[in-house]
Amino acid sequence: MTSDTAPRDPLDDLLERVRREPKAIGVLFPAVGREVGRGPGPSGDPEGILGPTVQDEARTALVTALADALGDASPDLLAEEVGALYRFGDAEEKRAVLRSLPALPGGGAASRIAAGLLADALRGNDPRLIAAALGTPAAAALDDHAWRHGVLKCLFSDVPLDAVHGLADRADTELGRMAAGYAAEREAAGRDVPDDARRLLSLTHGETEA
Amino acid sequence: MRIFDPHVHMTSRTTDDYRRMYDAGVRALVEPAFWLGQPRTNPGSFHDYFDGLIGWERFRASRFGIRHHCAIALNPKEANDPRCAEVLRTLPRYLAKDGVVAVGEVGFDAMTAEEEKAFAHQLSLAAEHGLPVLVHTPHRDKAAGTRRTLELVAASGIPPERVLVDHLNETTVDMVDGSGCTLGFSIYPDTKMEPERMVRILQRRGLDRVVVNSAADWGHSDPLATARTGEAMLRSGFTRDDVDRVLWRNPVEFFARSGRLLLEELAPYSGGAFAGNSILRAQHAEPDA
Ligand SMILES: [Zn+2]
Repeated sequence: MTSDTAPRDPLDDLLERVRREPKAIGVLFPAVGREVGRGPGPSGDPEGILGPTVQDEARTALVTALADALGDASPDLLAEEVGALYRFGDAEEKRAVLRSLPALPGGGAASRIAAGLLADALRGNDPRLIAAALGTPAAAALDDHAWRHGVLKCLFSDVPLDAVHGLADRADTELGRMAAGYAAEREAAGRDVPDDARRLLSLTHGETEA
Repeated sequence: MRIFDPHVHMTSRTTDDYRRMYDAGVRALVEPAFWLGQPRTNPGSFHDYFDGLIGWERFRASRFGIRHHCAIALNPKEANDPRCAEVLRTLPRYLAKDGVVAVGEVGFDAMTAEEEKAFAHQLSLAAEHGLPVLVHTPHRDKAAGTRRTLELVAASGIPPERVLVDHLNETTVDMVDGSGCTLGFSIYPDTKMEPERMVRILQRRGLDRVVVNSAADWGHSDPLATARTGEAMLRSGFTRDDVDRVLWRNPVEFFARSGRLLLEELAPYSGGAFAGNSILRAQHAEPDA
């Protein structure tokens, strides 16, 4: 070791290794918390529900490096590798893969796997994954039915609707009808109606009344 | 009393157990991968189980204020099924994860050639990934199985202080003690140790390198067996600091060698809020059968 080299950014090291040996991402991706660091990202949320964490951002950089390394020439390989990162990921890694979907080259790998990964995340009950599935433009890959069920699931899983990307643009009459049903059920049981449910009702109000 | 249970199969336990464990002082645990009672028939069945250990079970424990870690391995019993042994190829992905603090449970069940092959291979994986090893010693022919275990550990070149040899009793304690490995005792009704016998072993050989676990699983077992042992120690004149050493500091010291312990204080979920929005709320979780 020479003494005149400045200490390297640990993330740069990981990125370089992925560019050199794309397959290594399988064991480097899980190591990000230990190697690079942990903590809340710009949203301030350490659980990564309201926005990406430090690890999510570093892992997205790794996925981007993987996409660069494999090039546009091998979208199949890229889809397979990103799919495996999700398949064998723990909840934090899965969350990071979901948050990295918009960083994948459009039309290729991303569109091939996004719908499947988002559906998997929305089937489970982990609020971190539900939030990440709905939290980026990649949620466009969900059909309207699946997206509405995902948004409604937020009310059951205590995922704040602030976590949902493009909520106001996509909320429609049908979602309003579902939210009204949820509110009615809560009231019939003598329970309070959460603010987020009221927010959904007001977002879709004009349409439901039309 | 703060308790680190270094061997407990929470996948088989209820939320009542988590609540009682927290109340008794359990703040962290290790769930080693093992047999589910019903034999698996393919590697995918292991993958889903491992996913549960690093995913849903860790999340579930966190709701009750308990840090969940796990050990990952192909267990000795199922190492004998060629349909399952293929899972060895996927282990490196799981051994790279945060919260995976050991390779385990490995070891012997019926002492077959297949078990020995899987055991030796996983010892080399542990060396490669810098992970400690959690070794199960067999119910049948325990002394012979333990002796062969120590030979394989010595041959692997893994330093003995990184190996926990578990399910010991009066007949195997001295043999393992001499090896320098960490000594694990499962306080498990009917088939393994009891709190009073555990106390006698501690009185005889001291507290160094000893960890105590409940090994609670789907059988007749008690997730509070660690706390019962701590109480038995206090009744026999051990100090609170002695109890803390056996039930907390010793297992923490052992698994900290993985560099992967997640021990930040975790409050049990009680409707608290982050940024005005409650998260991880158990009460409102969508019911799933
Ligand atoms: Zn066990």
